[in-house]
Amino acid sequence: MVTTSPVGETPLERELREVAGSVPDPELPVLSLAEIGVLRGLRVTGPGRVEVELTPTYTGCPAIETMSADIEQALHQHGMPEVTLRTVFSPPWTTDAISADGRRKLKEFGIAPPRATRPAISGPVAVDLAIRCPHCGSTRTSLLSRFSSTACKALRRCESCLEPFDHFKELS
Amino acid sequence: MNPAPASAALALGDDALLLSHRLGEWAGHAPVLEEELALANIALDLLGQARVLLSLVGDEDELAYLREERAFRNLQLVEQPRGDFAHTIARQLYFSSYQRLLYEELAQGDTAIAELASKAVKEVDYHRDHAEHWTLRLGDGTAESHQRMQQALDALWRYTGEAFEPIEGLTVNWATLRARWTDRITTVLRQATLTVPSGPQSGSWAAGGGRQGVQTEPFGRMLAEMQHLHRSHPGATW
Repeated sequence: MVTTSPVGETPLERELREVAGSVPDPELPVLSLAEIGVLRGLRVTGPGRVEVELTPTYTGCPAIETMSADIEQALHQHGMPEVTLRTVFSPPWTTDAISADGRRKLKEFGIAPPRATRPAISGPVAVDLAIRCPHCGSTRTSLLSRFSSTACKALRRCESCLEPFDHFKELS
Repeated sequence: MNPAPASAALALGDDALLLSHRLGEWAGHAPVLEEELALANIALDLLGQARVLLSLVGDEDELAYLREERAFRNLQLVEQPRGDFAHTIARQLYFSSYQRLLYEELAQGDTAIAELASKAVKEVDYHRDHAEHWTLRLGDGTAESHQRMQQALDALWRYTGEAFEPIEGLTVNWATLRARWTDRITTVLRQATLTVPSGPQSGSWAAGGGRQGVQTEPFGRMLAEMQHLHRSHPGATW
């Protein structure tokens, strides 16, 4: 993740990591790529040459191509002519990688943030514990559909204020 | 990390690719808007898996759009027409239960397939959850929905045995996988007041050959639709 500095990171790498990490998510522009936790690593491999590792939220997430292009452009503008993007799958991204700031921004944007997950990959997915309405804060909400406008969200409705809302569903 | 066995990546990649296409056919036709989104999202997950798996074998576009019918290695189950909504749900139940168990096991390995499996198993959790909920609603719903769901389960049953034929290059205990799959399906169907089909799970002349490249009649027509744009306009882009 990008919240802490990796061991052996040079000042230039740190600077470039901040540039790449501040690129907004193409589908959730209130969040930066650093906040959503998809930027896995950045290494300067030579003069003007940098390698960036990205991980997708979902295997089929179409935003990964836009993210790659946006990072490339941002780093070009920051004086790095040669940018290589790599997609990595391991370890898999989980919603726990979304930073505290990211969660707060999601809520302000009208999307209920994911709850903390448990570490195991097996077992049932918890979907029925209380999820707060991002509009009025009520915990009386119900599931309308497990899939919403994107693969990473579920569609819910608030029983108190009656507004429908997206919930960034947990991926453990 | 060890190189992934190409034959296995092809088989699993083809399963995901073709089921993704079949689910995509519901766009504009699903019974309600929420289902339209759900099926499209599941299709997108599967397409993502297919892209990763086929890229382990060669050029993903060439493999998807320029291969002939006999060169595909998918289960015959995934190429069957989408049918009515019950058929689609019955297939989702059979397939996502299989894929969920298989990926869970493959995630333990040390190849590129293991890496993909450990990522995708979490997505497939949601696919299975979706299929199981619909199975309960349709089975324990109205007389009409119950009857249609039972018909769909019976019709697709003969394509399920093939899923447990060993895939070259994968170390999996297929008998255990089959037993766990059968347990899960039995539990869900009982809860849904449905009957576990009793017919053979293969055995008809055509059922059970998809992994060897022997496909059923609907496959050719589906492939024609899937490949026609790329073949008619090579190199076309948006």
